[in-house]
Amino acid sequence: MQMNHVPSVCCFCGCGCGFYFNVSDGRITGISPSRSHPVSRGNLCVKGWHAHEFVYSPNRLLHPLVRKNGRLVRASWDEALSRTAEALRKVLEREGGGAIGLLSSAKCTNEENYLLQKLARAVLKTNNVDHCARL
Amino acid sequence: MTNSIEEIAGSEVIFVIGSNTTEAHPQIARRIIRAVDKGATLIVADPRDTAMAEIADIHLKLNPGTDIPLLNAMMRVILREGLIDDAFIEMRTENFNALRDTLFAQDFDALVELTGISPELIKRAARLYASAQKATICYCLGITQHVCGTANVESIANLAMITGHVEQDYTGVNPLRGQNNVQGACDMGALPGVFPGYQAVSDEKVREKFARAWKTDLPEAPGLTVMDMTHQGVRNGIKAMFIMGENPVLSDPDSSAVEKNLSSLDFLAVADIFLTETAQLADVVFPAASFAEKTGTITNSERRVQLMQRAIEPLGECRADTEIIAALSNLMGYPMNYQEPAEIMEEIALLTPIYGGIYHDRLERSWGIQWPCPNREHPGTPYLHKYSFARGRGRFVPASHIPPKELPDGDYPFMLITGRTYHHYHTGGMTRASEILSREEKEAFVEINPQDAERIRVRNGQLVRLRSRRGEITVRARATKRVPEGILYTTFHFAESPVNRLTNPARDPVAKCPEYKVCAVAVEPADG
Repeated sequence: MQMNHVPSVCCFCGCGCGFYFNVSDGRITGISPSRSHPVSRGNLCVKGWHAHEFVYSPNRLLHPLVRKNGRLVRASWDEALSRTAEALRKVLEREGGGAIGLLSSAKCTNEENYLLQKLARAVLKTNNVDHCARL
Repeated sequence: MTNSIEEIAGSEVIFVIGSNTTEAHPQIARRIIRAVDKGATLIVADPRDTAMAEIADIHLKLNPGTDIPLLNAMMRVILREGLIDDAFIEMRTENFNALRDTLFAQDFDALVELTGISPELIKRAARLYASAQKATICYCLGITQHVCGTANVESIANLAMITGHVEQDYTGVNPLRGQNNVQGACDMGALPGVFPGYQAVSDEKVREKFARAWKTDLPEAPGLTVMDMTHQGVRNGIKAMFIMGENPVLSDPDSSAVEKNLSSLDFLAVADIFLTETAQLADVVFPAASFAEKTGTITNSERRVQLMQRAIEPLGECRADTEIIAALSNLMGYPMNYQEPAEIMEEIALLTPIYGGIYHDRLERSWGIQWPCPNREHPGTPYLHKYSFARGRGRFVPASHIPPKELPDGDYPFMLITGRTYHHYHTGGMTRASEILSREEKEAFVEINPQDAERIRVRNGQLVRLRSRRGEITVRARATKRVPEGILYTTFHFAESPVNRLTNPARDPVAKCPEYKVCAVAVEPADG
């Protein structure tokens, strides 16, 4: 059995505690706070100690879904992506980018947020991009 | 935050307003408690007896939505007693006369009466805050989630600036950010008016810069804000939406309106780790990788950009959102070919001056860098505004009382406040999946004062129905003196009791932030 400690940052509030995932055989078994982290200093709140548990929730969505005859059914990545690209292209050509809206996320990474607003502005030609910060 | 989290522990006076710090920001509460242990003075303004209020030297138990009268009353005392910082005001700020005129035009007793606090307590708090060498203000959504949220924040800035309580370590104005990367999402330009690094879309030079870098033409028209899309999108001409990692059906106010609007779109795609209430309305749902399954950076409340490293392979067929976006973009004929997230960060650094020196290789060797960080040699910035404000001089923006949009009346006699609990987070998708967190708090509750409970014949633990002009929900009553009479408090984590069916979508005119913190409701036993 191989045990690894992978550095990460808590996914809950804006404090940004640093911790390590304890990973053994490709599975997260627990979390260890970082003693040297400037915010957490060896401490975590109850949410932080359990921050890995939802990862293995039986409710995780594990494959793409596409609506067919009114119902969401399992689909391939190719189908899900091409259906989305087609729908967006149709609206873009017919109505322009102003008819497309995008919501980004305060739970996603900087890289993801950067790419989403780039997709909005450079590809879909709209500034209709926002997230929950104002909520 | 203007300062670092650790600095709070070294402050002499800490003024917490509109923040239930122990439950929502435990690490910041830890610093506050440590400061108090070392002899610091704690002032807490909150309508409820929060844990923070219980250890406070002064608890300003204000009526909900009267933050401006409270702050103005404090500033009146500071002005009258000559406790202002003349040199700071002269050298670093502008428009002070307008603030002084507004304050003197307001009657102190009338301000105090609006807040419901004793004038002596307000005077004591004002003197303590103003005379400290190192004083810091921590505020949270209790300040911003009002129709006057912007004016509330400006009033806090006024208070900090007339006393010169900025530009130093241990001393500043600290909005506590609620989500792990709400700071970063703003920094990255996931906002209708700005590109990454708060560079304005309306500025032609900025648009040209990004157009050159991205090798395409860019739209000039201002974009819509979140509720203009989630509530009135269809009315505003929106036909298709892509939602990444948000659940507006539960999280936005007047949520029935959101459900109706999103259902009437021609096309909706959602990327999420769960099949959320919002995803259930979609035409296409992408399974996203969770934070443990991908590499990327997030930026905390003190502007610290930190690297999260992939710990495990993505579950099932899940993919990181960067891969989903890039794949879509490629299909639409705009190539996005990044080998890894580090390459995206390089592009961010090139185009975003405040992130100019932030690269993954630097973050791999540290616990993050605080922006502004203009170049690779720069160590980062622990506190802001050292010699000047971002706009040059700090501008005083005077404010007067703006009451909540919806106040209690005969039909809806209670004021409802919403907030977080210690064990849960937002719409509950993540924390409720944990057995232990779920065990601690299984279902929604509403706090009600025992006097009120007795009057309307509700026992502790009984199910009650809460009704507002927009909808109704059922929750379990918790009789407690933590809330004053006439006020109810409930949480928003539980899909079975979706409190945002009740909340008021009335918004602040500038920030467009809805008034989650106050709405009028009626309450009655659910079984009678």
